[in-house]
Amino acid sequence: MSSLNAKNKDAFHELASEKSGSKGPKARLRNCARPMAPGTAVGGCAFDGAKVALQPITDVAHLIHGPLACEGNSWDNRGAASSGPTLWRTSFTTDLTEIDIVMGHSERKLFKAIREIKDGYAPAAIFVYSTCVTAMIGDDIDVVCKRATDEFALPVVPVNAPGFVGSKNLGNKLAGEALLKHVIGTVEPDEPGLCDINILGEFNLSGEFWQVKPLLDKLGIRVRACIPGDARYLQVASAHRSRAAMTVCSTAFVALARKMQERWDIPFFEGSFYGISGTSEALRRIADLLVKKGADPSLLHRTEILVAEEEEKVWKRLEAYRPRLEGKRVLLNTGGVKSWSVVHALMEIGMEIVGTSVKKSTLEDRERVKQTLKEENLLFESMSPRELFSLLLDRKADIMLSGGRTQYIALKAKLPWLDINQERHHAYAGYEGMVQLARQIDLAIHNPMWPQVREPAPWEPALVV
Amino acid sequence: MARVVSQTKSAAVNPLKSSQPLGAAFAFLGVDGAIPLLHGSQGCTSFALALLVRHFNEAIPLQTTAMNEAAIIVGGADRLEEAILSLKARTRPRLIGICTTASVEARDEDVAGDVENIKRKRAIELVGTEVVLANTPDFDGAIEEGWSKAVTAVIEAIARSDKQYRNPRKIAILPGWNLTVADIEHLRETAVSFGLDPVILPDVSGALDGSIPEEWMPTTYGGTKLEEICDLGAAMQCIAIGEHMRRPAEALQRLTGVPYVLFRSLTGLENVDRFIRVLAAVSRKQTPLNVRRNRMQLQDAMLDGHFHMAGKKIAIASEPDQLFQFSDFFTAMGAEIAAAVTTTGTSKALEMVPAKTVKVGDLSDLESLAATADLIVTHSHGREAARRLGVPLMRVGFPMFDRFGSQHKLTILYRGTRDVIFDFANIIQTNHPPNPWPT
Ligand code: SF4
Repeated sequence: MSSLNAKNKDAFHELASEKSGSKGPKARLRNCARPMAPGTAVGGCAFDGAKVALQPITDVAHLIHGPLACEGNSWDNRGAASSGPTLWRTSFTTDLTEIDIVMGHSERKLFKAIREIKDGYAPAAIFVYSTCVTAMIGDDIDVVCKRATDEFALPVVPVNAPGFVGSKNLGNKLAGEALLKHVIGTVEPDEPGLCDINILGEFNLSGEFWQVKPLLDKLGIRVRACIPGDARYLQVASAHRSRAAMTVCSTAFVALARKMQERWDIPFFEGSFYGISGTSEALRRIADLLVKKGADPSLLHRTEILVAEEEEKVWKRLEAYRPRLEGKRVLLNTGGVKSWSVVHALMEIGMEIVGTSVKKSTLEDRERVKQTLKEENLLFESMSPRELFSLLLDRKADIMLSGGRTQYIALKAKLPWLDINQERHHAYAGYEGMVQLARQIDLAIHNPMWPQVREPAPWEPALVV
Repeated sequence: MARVVSQTKSAAVNPLKSSQPLGAAFAFLGVDGAIPLLHGSQGCTSFALALLVRHFNEAIPLQTTAMNEAAIIVGGADRLEEAILSLKARTRPRLIGICTTASVEARDEDVAGDVENIKRKRAIELVGTEVVLANTPDFDGAIEEGWSKAVTAVIEAIARSDKQYRNPRKIAILPGWNLTVADIEHLRETAVSFGLDPVILPDVSGALDGSIPEEWMPTTYGGTKLEEICDLGAAMQCIAIGEHMRRPAEALQRLTGVPYVLFRSLTGLENVDRFIRVLAAVSRKQTPLNVRRNRMQLQDAMLDGHFHMAGKKIAIASEPDQLFQFSDFFTAMGAEIAAAVTTTGTSKALEMVPAKTVKVGDLSDLESLAATADLIVTHSHGREAARRLGVPLMRVGFPMFDRFGSQHKLTILYRGTRDVIFDFANIIQTNHPPNPWPT
């Protein structure tokens, strides 16, 4: 592979001197997350983060430029829901082979792939993702995308976030930058309104944003773009005409929100649709921002009425669960991004938090959790499975809420577990979601199966009472 | 004999393949006290891990050297060393199985040299831990090759080559990746019922069969013991299952002189008969009663099931050996292979597939070929294509994340073949009810 090697050497020189974005690689790393130590744990890569952040844009073809693994091992693993197009669920990759790489065919293959997708699938746009190998060999996806855009009269958007540049969080950010650079602001909407908003960082997992949208509908607030959950390309492209914005998943798109504020004067706040007070608060702040930007002040009043009604309804429904959940001990290991909102929500129904991970939380998030919990030692960074296993037992948790990756730590400890990450099957957003969350926790904790699986085997000596 | 047709599209659509390093990691999981270590950027490991977890519904130990931007530029030797030492110190594994990924292989790094250096330099710290390397770039091969390379690497690194006493009861079994946990257990029980003492490498039936250890295990448990691998040379006979296991079987033979016999498939009456004859010959024992009974049950299932299977058109997509295993079985029951798609084009098993052509491709190729099929056979990613076409799906292979108990399904020997017939016939029956009256 000597020719490959030569090509690589060039690429490395470029890489070493390249400053992508405004900061050098080191500065970017420092900003986003501590780099991982070899052999200690496993987290997603920047490419992962970028794809996660953009893929739920449903009428776009997402094309992964690289050898098979990046896409082959990762597609079809997320449950964001779409109300229409299904193209985003189709997986596209250039599946580079050794020959493609050695012969220097990869850019040409990419261009041809774009043409095939355009002809075969008529997408609203094509997003092209670079990966480690294609970045290393120096493929310039910007140039290829530009040429394809011109030739096919179709937006072809480069997303430069090869895995090795950093963590999943950084990838989220780079995805936001790609939108800012190539998508948002490229289309003028037909009828901009005074009550148009953007929701950023909402993924519509299990369709949970659809539990919130009716509330906004009732208030006459229109979601021009929910990015990325259930979004269409045109909505994203015209998102610059919204009057206000809310960021939901606190790390994924804050930078994007900030830049949209600078560039198009769209004020934003960080909120959450988890929990009762969280949801009410979010609605109030949306209304507030819109009114400040010129919407009819009666919106504030209507919001208060809606909030009061909804809260009363939801508390009534939660009463059934309260006696069953009050005082139950929860360990949260969410990867951090939504820890504070979930912490808050659980405390609202009387549960006790015996620990929460803040691994991926921003500093502000951490502060919020700290204030809510009031006890420093309940916060933990990333933990080895063994430590987590002992923590569960030591702190006598009744349940662990986490993502699928750590579920077996709880299950092997014969403890209830509930998925609150991307693979979850239930929608937990909004007032409705809170009832669902309480119901699922109740079902998990009080499942009659637990005493059975904990029963000693018949051949074990009987416990003397 | 099938003609192998290679891919002409530039964009793979809905990949059929999972990567080669994942296959290698999968194999390392079948060794007791092992940790697979993917040498590359962290995302590769995270994806492979998530996929393995979704497939097995188990905690999976898998680690990464977490190559970052700097390491990509200067090379990964230091990261590799750091990872090995840190794993050793924290989890004391018996074996660290290194699988390279595209990012180090595309740089043409001398990982083998790096590993040797580290082993030499850190000999004292690494006492009690074997470090084994499989070169598995993502731009080549798929699960099957990765698995085969890892097993070969384990044998070459650990099996003792000096002349040893041959144990007349001992046999080595090298199963392909496409055998389930239940298959492995059944193989073992069958061999034992002949009075044999089988060493199965790799043996994924310990850590991945859903048993619950008392405390948290950072490495694999169950699986082939290192001592057993060391002593493989004491076996009378090696049995390799699947064309891709020829390479490790040959390595064992080269090293220790243990002769091997290769079975492309252990599904289907004739294949199993051959296998049972070998067991009888090696053990010099009569075939035990339970095996005889199983054979009769299979005959009965064949008689009952063939009505539903004759003439049915099957569209199948899988790794080469599994493709052969199932298409050979389906045609032996009177069905016809209407479309066959596979991951990589180099395996000799492909020529034997009873179809006109085998396409190296993806699930969109399968979809375009399967419109008139009666049954689609592939892994869970095929479910949407099946739904779009309105053709029922029989799930085989990897990944299988939308069905419970995939690892506890038997697919080999008399009993497994019987179960596959039932599965197959039931799916067909559900979709083409044989009776004119409502059932
Ligand atoms: S780390 Fe690089 S090679 Fe691995 S999955 Fe991420 S982008 Fe692909």
